[in-house]
Amino acid sequence: MSVNVKDLKFTKDHEWVRVEEEIAIVGISDYAQKELGDVVYVELPEVGETKEKGEACSNIESVKAVSDIYCPVSGEIVEANAALEDAPEIVNKDPYGDGWIFKVRMNDSGQLDELMNSDQYDEYLKGILEE
Amino acid sequence: MKQLPELIFNKSKEGKVGYSFSETELSDDLIALDVVHRREDIKDFPQLSEVEIVRHYTNLSHLNHSVDSGFYPLGSCTMKYNPKINDKIASFEEFSAHPYSPLKLVQGNLEIIKMLEEWLINITGMAGFTLAPAAGAHGEFVGMKIIRQHLSSKGNPRKVVLIPDSAHGTNPASAHFAGYEIKEIPSNTDGIIDVATLNEHLNEEVAALMMTNPNTLGIFEKNIIEISGALHENGSLLYMDGANMNAFMGIVKPGELGVDVLHLNLHKTFSTPHGGGGPGSGPIGVTSELVKHLPVPLVSRNTNSNRDGDIYHVSYFNEGIGRVKNFYGNFLVMVRALVYVMALGKENLRKVAEDAVLNANYIRKGLQDLLDLPYTSKTFHEVVFSDKGLNVKTLDIAKRLLDFGIHPFTVYFPLIVHGAMMIEPTETESKQSLDAFIRAMKTILKEAEEDPEKLKNAPFTTPVTRLDEVRAARQLRVKWERESESLSR
Amino acid sequence: MKYFPLTDSDREEIRKFLGIAETRELFSDIPAEKAYYPLDHIPSAASEDQLIKRFKEIAKENKFSDYLSFLGGGAYNHFIPEVVNHLSSKGEFLTPYTPYQPEVSQGSLQAMFEYQTMITMLTGMDVSNASLYDGGTAAAEGALLALRKARKKNTILLARNLHPEYIEIIETYIRDLEEYKTEYIDFDKETGAVNLEDLEEKVCEACAGFLFQSPNFFGVVEESQKISDILHSKNAFSIQVVAEAMSLPFLSPGGKNGVDIMVGEAQSFGLPLAFGGPYLGFMAVNKDLIRQMPGRIVGETVDTKGNRGYVLTLSTREQHIKREKATSNICTNQAWCALRASMYLATLGKSGLMKISKINHLNTAYFVKEIAKFKHVSIKHKKNFFNEVVLEIKNMTVDGFITKLESKGILVGVPLKWFHELKLRDYESAVLINFTELHRKKDIDKLLRAIGELQ
Repeated sequence: MSVNVKDLKFTKDHEWVRVEEEIAIVGISDYAQKELGDVVYVELPEVGETKEKGEACSNIESVKAVSDIYCPVSGEIVEANAALEDAPEIVNKDPYGDGWIFKVRMNDSGQLDELMNSDQYDEYLKGILEE
Repeated sequence: MKQLPELIFNKSKEGKVGYSFSETELSDDLIALDVVHRREDIKDFPQLSEVEIVRHYTNLSHLNHSVDSGFYPLGSCTMKYNPKINDKIASFEEFSAHPYSPLKLVQGNLEIIKMLEEWLINITGMAGFTLAPAAGAHGEFVGMKIIRQHLSSKGNPRKVVLIPDSAHGTNPASAHFAGYEIKEIPSNTDGIIDVATLNEHLNEEVAALMMTNPNTLGIFEKNIIEISGALHENGSLLYMDGANMNAFMGIVKPGELGVDVLHLNLHKTFSTPHGGGGPGSGPIGVTSELVKHLPVPLVSRNTNSNRDGDIYHVSYFNEGIGRVKNFYGNFLVMVRALVYVMALGKENLRKVAEDAVLNANYIRKGLQDLLDLPYTSKTFHEVVFSDKGLNVKTLDIAKRLLDFGIHPFTVYFPLIVHGAMMIEPTETESKQSLDAFIRAMKTILKEAEEDPEKLKNAPFTTPVTRLDEVRAARQLRVKWERESESLSR
Repeated sequence: MKYFPLTDSDREEIRKFLGIAETRELFSDIPAEKAYYPLDHIPSAASEDQLIKRFKEIAKENKFSDYLSFLGGGAYNHFIPEVVNHLSSKGEFLTPYTPYQPEVSQGSLQAMFEYQTMITMLTGMDVSNASLYDGGTAAAEGALLALRKARKKNTILLARNLHPEYIEIIETYIRDLEEYKTEYIDFDKETGAVNLEDLEEKVCEACAGFLFQSPNFFGVVEESQKISDILHSKNAFSIQVVAEAMSLPFLSPGGKNGVDIMVGEAQSFGLPLAFGGPYLGFMAVNKDLIRQMPGRIVGETVDTKGNRGYVLTLSTREQHIKREKATSNICTNQAWCALRASMYLATLGKSGLMKISKINHLNTAYFVKEIAKFKHVSIKHKKNFFNEVVLEIKNMTVDGFITKLESKGILVGVPLKWFHELKLRDYESAVLINFTELHRKKDIDKLLRAIGELQ
């Protein structure tokens, strides 16, 4: 799937958000998948559950680490990417496209303004790598 | 090169028999169980002859590196030699009593428990011990619960346990299971905790500080007495993780350094064998104020014998945290530890730490021109190098060491050192053994410069080469199954 | 001394190399007034011959082997084939560490993989871990697993006829975790089994699962399928605890009876009585719970040449990675005990396990049949036992009964009044008797005669 990364929003925890009307699609950034290494398992959130912004709703496991995925916006989980159950490596191969993890029906799209845009995220990454 | 033997399930055949046991005189007609509860078969369960079983496990044993076969410098594990006399005495049938035997019939076993407790009290300066915990982590858990109960009895169990950034993962896990939140405190540039940093984190929410001493960098936490003072003033306690006791056993007593709760690992400092991952034993020592919180059962010695003439008694009820393990704990591990300390005696007790620390310093000086030493404080029983300036990963060096018949050091721990290589030789290594290790490291580091690709493909001479851990986690196969494809080509 | 390979001249050389005059200088970070304390209270070193002598003297203080014992209650005296002792004592199995470098640990790892497999075969469950400390702590870990997985539920139900020590341990574990609580399900006075009505009533929305033991502490086999059905109808986990692993080859396995989590004690598989330890906790679960399972797990994979090999897997659940968020704090477990169990199970094989477990039951059934002729004692729960029964004493106190039998050289069993909760529930005058394959018919006849003489 081809995605224009410039159109995405980002969180400090390296999640990205792509918006399609009232649905926010969520995944992890290329930096995050590189840090994790080969993904061996993705624990998908329960469809139908309501999550608050900042609440842990999924986790991704590699051989050396487990990372929580936090919901970047509040809302109801409407879909989870079942393809990741059998092929978690898609997260590594195509983190912004086919490697999406779940979709949320936002109940407050204003929360999107609190996220970073692509340029801001690049700056943020530069700061981390300099440390 | 040695190969893995075929799995027992693939060697199994109906009709093969591996055991011999007398027939019963009783008839099957006596069976008194409803049919619905009965089992008809154990599908695919193996059957082999005795000779095949002996060959199978003998061949498996040849695939293992062990302390008995070579140098094993895993940091913070204290892979010292496991004396065989310990195993022999632990195997005396007279010690293998049923744990519910009437106490008057097992006075010898109760004496062993008491004797070991006394040795540990003398060595550590703590007032009382429980030998119940089955391992270090289990002991940590018990220790934190003792702290919690103590503070609760004073009105408030508090919420937070402080843990240094160099701590072993079991520390936060154990504190969490005792109901506490964790707050990490940073080590300073000397690699230790300083009082100023501690004070910044102290408040009325803090129940305790869990400190390993020497810490996982092999450095003595020399501010410990002041730290203990600051904690006590704050109404908090000091827990000492004694996994590294090998560094100063017989030289200083934790009880004199302000420690309130201490755990020991009998399978580290006290020479009981690691067994490939247990059984261990993690005794907890406490100050006199905390003795009432110890878990049951508790063995006591009566100086006035009662009418049975028994000296040793056991209490199963007290005001303490309750029971944490079945029966008395890992008793046969305790026997081994007791034989060990009695063999050392006062003449040799101190030699353990002295030689352990000499050996670690010898390795430090032998390698410090070739590897980055992140902390230059005095080294005790283990030394930690980083991978700074190397053009290969720590993992690659470790894997290449396997080709030299040496078990690698601990890798990537503690987390505060990048590419950490944690080396603990222990006192049971000869100078020749240390020299061989240093030579091997020099060879490998030279290879790293001249032919780094070689290291990335190491090891070459082990029964298997590097294993695909990603595949192991993605395609989980945690048991044999009939008719599944063999993984090998 | 033989444990110190450094000679005095080695130490000299090393000190010279380090540029120090005395070894003491290396310890200068230790506060001087606390360092090098006097060793007066420490006894002198004992040589090997002295150690053997001393410990033989201590061994003589133990008199239990003079008696014919029927003690059970969570620790069982079973036959151990000599090969198990021989093979497990090899230094290559006894002296390595946890297999963190799998390339030189394939022996331990493959043996663990085989152990995991055999446990799943015996329990009928999907996956097993590589060991826990013992039955009691395994039961506690089973309860915590259920509570972790059933995220919004905070209550764990416990059967009152679980091994009393297991109940104590679970309570100790749960006490400081404020978000959780325990509740108890009663048992039927007549059958000794879990009261299914009580269970049905008490399984609620907040219940993560129910821990029951089968065979239970009284030796009675529970209705596992019925229990599982009740629990599943309320989305709760069915957790079976097994204290006597020898029951597994004889009884219908948990995996076939709807059990989700099986935990317990596998000491019966090749471990001596050892005065209570080291023993062997086991855990086996259904596959959707595998990521919640504490402890080490060995997985099969391939090396760079495509050859079969084994590694510790799913390590990210564990304390060294997840730290305070780990599934458990367990690190060192009981690996060597699991190895012995592996060897024991392979040695007995299917036919041996089925035969020996049956002998356990036949011995018990014989006793139950013959004891019926006496009026001064009676079996309390007559149906569906495996290898333990509760004998009620009617004509004297249980202490008197035990003492009289001791004077005839018999340890008849564990008095249930030792266990406070059971004492309160009409077991004041009862003793738990266990029969294994090591009891000959003539041993049981001796017991019957001795009991008969106390009419």
